[in-house]
Amino acid sequence: MKKTRVVLSFPPDKVEEPVIYRLIKDHDLMVNILRATIDPGKQGRMVVELSGEESSLSPAFNYLERTGIRVEPLSREIQHLGESCTSCTACVPICPTGSFELDRSSWNVSFNSDRCVACLSCLDVCIYRAIDVSLE
Amino acid sequence: MSKKSIEEINAKIRSGTVAVFTAEEVIDLVRKKGLKRAAREVDVVTTGTFSPMCSSGAFFNIKQPKEKMKLGGGWITLNGVPAYAGLAAADIYVGATAIPDGDPRNNNGRPGKFRYGGAHVIEELVAGKKVILAARAYGTDCYPRKSREQRIGFDDMNEAFLFNPRNCYQNYNVAVNLSDRPIHTYMGLLKPNLGNANFCSAGQLSPLLKDPFYRTIGIGTRVFLGGAQGYVAWNGTQHNPEAPRLENGTPRKGAGTLTLIGDLKQMSPKWLRAVSFTGYGVSLSLAVGVPIPIIDEAMMESVSVSDEDLVAPIVDYSRYYPTGEGEAQLGEVTYAQLRSGSIELRGKQVPTGCFSSYAKAREVAAHLKTVIRDGAFSLTLPVSPLPGAKEGLP
Repeated sequence: MKKTRVVLSFPPDKVEEPVIYRLIKDHDLMVNILRATIDPGKQGRMVVELSGEESSLSPAFNYLERTGIRVEPLSREIQHLGESCTSCTACVPICPTGSFELDRSSWNVSFNSDRCVACLSCLDVCIYRAIDVSLE
Repeated sequence: MSKKSIEEINAKIRSGTVAVFTAEEVIDLVRKKGLKRAAREVDVVTTGTFSPMCSSGAFFNIKQPKEKMKLGGGWITLNGVPAYAGLAAADIYVGATAIPDGDPRNNNGRPGKFRYGGAHVIEELVAGKKVILAARAYGTDCYPRKSREQRIGFDDMNEAFLFNPRNCYQNYNVAVNLSDRPIHTYMGLLKPNLGNANFCSAGQLSPLLKDPFYRTIGIGTRVFLGGAQGYVAWNGTQHNPEAPRLENGTPRKGAGTLTLIGDLKQMSPKWLRAVSFTGYGVSLSLAVGVPIPIIDEAMMESVSVSDEDLVAPIVDYSRYYPTGEGEAQLGEVTYAQLRSGSIELRGKQVPTGCFSSYAKAREVAAHLKTVIRDGAFSLTLPVSPLPGAKEGLP
């Protein structure tokens, strides 16, 4: 079993494609939708966690690419700019998945990208602009 | 124990024999060695804080061009941010919260981002960058020039000094939201129904919490300010020594404040940062470190108070704070509880966040300790006490 979190970007003409159905039915994957914005006629984005056999995952990615859906790893989305961060902790209670961890001996805040679902809640909360989003 | 004078301590600084501890280190020292012995062994305790404070700004005196211009009574912006020009021909004041005209502000419930303002102008100058000055004036016989547009930096200014009417708030509210919608405040985003609790103090490292009755911190006290040496110029605005206090002397809510002044040209972007509060505005975060001379045992007792023995009031920012209606205070918590990551309120575990960086406050206190040990920072006696200090004397 392999688990991976990816961002799916749908071009406007593909938002009506039943992509999730295909991933489950044809590719035997478990799909956990972490976040989604899909509007008819507009570009859509979906953060999903895909779990399945290694042998199922790569044909599934091929299917997505063939369909015109861009697949990107989630970790590339949100970046914590350590240089700008002062470890004030304002982001800590705001993140719904607990991606910001406070080390209570050094009092430094670190970012655990494995937990991040790119909900972007932290973006407006960081007064130092220490969180960068590569896709918006 | 015999009392130690500032002069004795400064002599030790000069001879390189001074014993300096941070306000955090000294807590353990007193626990281990006891008050008497610790007071004998320690000469100076360094405090520190790094936190946003809106009541900040800087005075600039801009060098005159060949044909002189009277900015006073005129109009001036720096990178589009309006500055105050109601002074003499070349003096202006840039407030941290000033924002460019036409900048997207809060609108129809949409929170503004406030990406650029006075604090950013100050930060850029401190980082050695130039900003665009644009000015108009009415012109006089002695100052004929009526407009000016030029890129300027510190080299184009005779003086540039930070002058903050209020810093180092001695304690502050813990902000929560009892309503059913999220609110944007100067204490950050407060999620509905007690979704989070935000606080803003360095607690056991905070300068005025370690000298609760202002026995050693007063007008004229030399401090570490934004990377340079600065001074306490006056009590800060809203200074309220009458706030209710715990038995250990520390206030249970916002109390004393300091007006600080320092040479901006010597400050560093490491210790001075512009910040943007979504839905509220621009502000300036600043490192302040104040050394506390251990003049007697009572002073040692004050500086060794820990987060377990410091409390802050919990205030609802959805109703009581903005309107003055409803419950004034929802409770009181210790800083140790706030730092643990959550507090219990109305039967709920509420996660906590802070705007004052404890990691940076520690760095400030450690830095100040180093420069005092190196003999690069000597202590001062206040020229005059802050209001309220007399009542606190034992």
